[in-house]
Amino acid sequence: MGTFWMPEGASTMSGEVDSLFYLVYWISVVIFIGVVAAMAYFAIKYRRTRESYVPPIVHENRFLEAAMIFIPLILTMVVFTFGFKTYLKMNIAPPTAYTIEAVASQWKWDFTYPNGKQVTGELHVPEGKPVKVHSTSMDVLHSFFIPQFRVKQDVVPNRYSSVWFQATKVDSFDVFCTEYCGTSHSGMLAKVIVHKPEDFEAWLNAGDDRPLDVQGESLFKANSCNTCHSIDGSRIVGPTFKGLFGSSRTFADGTTRTADEDYLRQSIMQPGSEIVESYPNVMPASYGTTLRPDDVTKIIEYIKTLK
Amino acid sequence: MSETVAVPASIDTSVPKNYLNHDKSIKSWLLTLDHKRIALLYLVTISIVFLVAGVLALLVRAELFTAGETLMKPDTYNQFFSLHGILMVFLFIVPSVPAIMGNFVMPMQLGAIDVAFPRLNLASYYIYLIGGVLVVTAILAGNIDTGWTFYTPYSARLGSSVIFMTLAVFIAGFSSILTGLNFIVTIHKMRAPGLTWNRLPLFVWSIYATSIVQVLATPVIGITMLLLLLEKTLQIGIFDPALGGDPILFQHFFWFYSHPAVYIMILPAFGIISDLMGVFSRHEVQGYKFVALSSVAIAFLGFLVWGHHMFVSGQSAISSIVFSLITYLIGIPTGVKVLNWVGTMYRGSVSFKTPMLYALSFLFLFTIGGLTGVALGVLGLDIHLHDTYFVVAHFHYVMMGGTVIAAIGGLHYWWPKITGKMYNETMGSIAAVLIFIGFNVTFFTQFVLGTKGMPRRYYDYQIQYEALHQISTVGSWILASGLFLVLFTFIHSLMKGKKAGSNPWGAATLEWTHTASPPSPHNFDEQPIVTHGPYDYHALARVSGDGAAQTSEPELSESRH
Repeated sequence: MGTFWMPEGASTMSGEVDSLFYLVYWISVVIFIGVVAAMAYFAIKYRRTRESYVPPIVHENRFLEAAMIFIPLILTMVVFTFGFKTYLKMNIAPPTAYTIEAVASQWKWDFTYPNGKQVTGELHVPEGKPVKVHSTSMDVLHSFFIPQFRVKQDVVPNRYSSVWFQATKVDSFDVFCTEYCGTSHSGMLAKVIVHKPEDFEAWLNAGDDRPLDVQGESLFKANSCNTCHSIDGSRIVGPTFKGLFGSSRTFADGTTRTADEDYLRQSIMQPGSEIVESYPNVMPASYGTTLRPDDVTKIIEYIKTLK
Repeated sequence: MSETVAVPASIDTSVPKNYLNHDKSIKSWLLTLDHKRIALLYLVTISIVFLVAGVLALLVRAELFTAGETLMKPDTYNQFFSLHGILMVFLFIVPSVPAIMGNFVMPMQLGAIDVAFPRLNLASYYIYLIGGVLVVTAILAGNIDTGWTFYTPYSARLGSSVIFMTLAVFIAGFSSILTGLNFIVTIHKMRAPGLTWNRLPLFVWSIYATSIVQVLATPVIGITMLLLLLEKTLQIGIFDPALGGDPILFQHFFWFYSHPAVYIMILPAFGIISDLMGVFSRHEVQGYKFVALSSVAIAFLGFLVWGHHMFVSGQSAISSIVFSLITYLIGIPTGVKVLNWVGTMYRGSVSFKTPMLYALSFLFLFTIGGLTGVALGVLGLDIHLHDTYFVVAHFHYVMMGGTVIAAIGGLHYWWPKITGKMYNETMGSIAAVLIFIGFNVTFFTQFVLGTKGMPRRYYDYQIQYEALHQISTVGSWILASGLFLVLFTFIHSLMKGKKAGSNPWGAATLEWTHTASPPSPHNFDEQPIVTHGPYDYHALARVSGDGAAQTSEPELSESRH
């Protein structure tokens, strides 16, 4: 489970990045100990004992000054070269890589597979095969980061960027957004789930036969709804979902309306259209374009269960 | 003074006139043209900014004490960390050392009666003040939660408040352009006879290098603001992807200013440390020319590395490779400085007065900050570390462990000159140790958080990071207690401090050897003539006539004036 510094490594690249880290780390530790030891030794050995003492002048040593320039220069060029080689490998995906399309938006990750299957908040990948995540953003900058794979790439609106990795462990890991994107930036999480290749095929071709409200619960979390809306009655950023369905809502302009399916769908698709009294108008409109119609239905079914 | 007899009774001879008491009216302070008084105006204003931004940092750390909600809602948290960053960077650390210590000390180190353009100097202060008021207004009116980097398109969604904010930052920045210009002219034209470039105190060299960067880099914020304004009013796509613009271009503009700005923040600190290492080792600073010219080299190279903030932004791989390579070159002059500072103690006479404790802390912390900077410049490794707490820890080690520690050390060092009073050494030393411990507990843990993958600017986090966050938060309390003790030490000194001699540390630069503490309104009674280098303690001992350097007893050193 990882070391003092690095988390567990789970991709073909993680070992190489870790070696790079430890190379820089040990060079740094040696230099640091050298500097601090010299500092402590000089400070103690030459501490002031007589107030009036003026120490002799030490003449500049040109050889030493030159060494201070050339030794660090050589060390940094060595480190640069290794960093550069690893960077190239991380940048150039194998041509055979399995490509998954990703779309980032405030505050969720949507993934589309070559056969058309779409998943939100979960990136299923096969173990031992290079996978390329080809991504773009619907709104602001985001960044795709899997610590255990040692990969990260900013996701930018109006252009595509990509990142590739080859998973080496059947397990699931966190995907973080690492480019600040607003209120629920820290809630913009996903899971990468690594399957054995045959299990991955089975997953890819299977439908979801869970009840609608159970699927809705997964979507509620995958779309980061839970970072602003509680299910226990407490207030986070937006209104709680507990007891929401069927209740009477009072809006900022004083009008009221019963929270039925029409109201819930409208509130998800056009979040700014009716703002509940005392709440800020901060929900991104991008949910209206990035949620699929059947997903909205599932989330509404889930809200109905929260009595 | 006691032997003065033939003086009319109407003149009070008990208190010699100095820059603090020669005119006590409020107007004489607010409209002063004296570089020393302007420095104190900055000191008070900038200290208030530091206090406010520091309290915000404590609140941010307190929120992170537990996963999930601890104290505040996510939007409040996002605004607090943004406000902390904006205030600390643009209103505190950029102006801090040049505007306070550069203003107070540099003209005296040159043997000048003031800076070259005293009126411009006062104007710079008021421009800074206007910029500061606008920054705070922009933040409060616009609910700014973008972080101090204002990346588009997120910031564009806040409407005009980001343009207002850039304008405010540019106005504050304009103050540093004018200060920089003023200092460059002063250093070129107002050096005392005999003060050659090779005899300039290293603090002056670093202020010189800083001023060049201030003058050349700050206008880029103005350009950025103009482009944002054009985009907004004429709907031309520059940065906004919705209009066909490129958000990565904004990052280039932002870092083209903000990376050189990092050197505006750190170079003056290098100058303070050079002076402190010389004085408190009572020894020539090793490799004087290397240390002096490395500041200029850093200032120059600082313009060529902005892209190392953008390795994962989507800029081309070739750009990243070139920026990484140049980034390493900056490590060389920086390393030269650190090694020469350590070498200065070799065969010296090392005193452990409070300013030296800060200088030694600086060497320890800045070395960590510098080495982790090299780690971040490694392309393949930066991919993993970028935008995690590792970066947060790195720049706090450089900015706080470097600049702030050096600034506090410098403030203790020049305090007797500024106020004419000594501070309590015991309190000063305890504060220095508390700050050192608190700082490391707070920020070293963040290196570990970062390598483990904890992203920055997170209101909430996964439970596996909680223990490290708690250690870091406890560290922030130790750090804060040390900083408050510094404030208390200074207030205590003002009220009860012993009178300081003109040269309590036995320094060899002009502000100590040729002026009283506090100095007279025009600094020098007669034009000083420089005959030796800034760290030539043998020459100083010869001048003082007893074959010994100035003793550190304030009562005795008073006899020289």
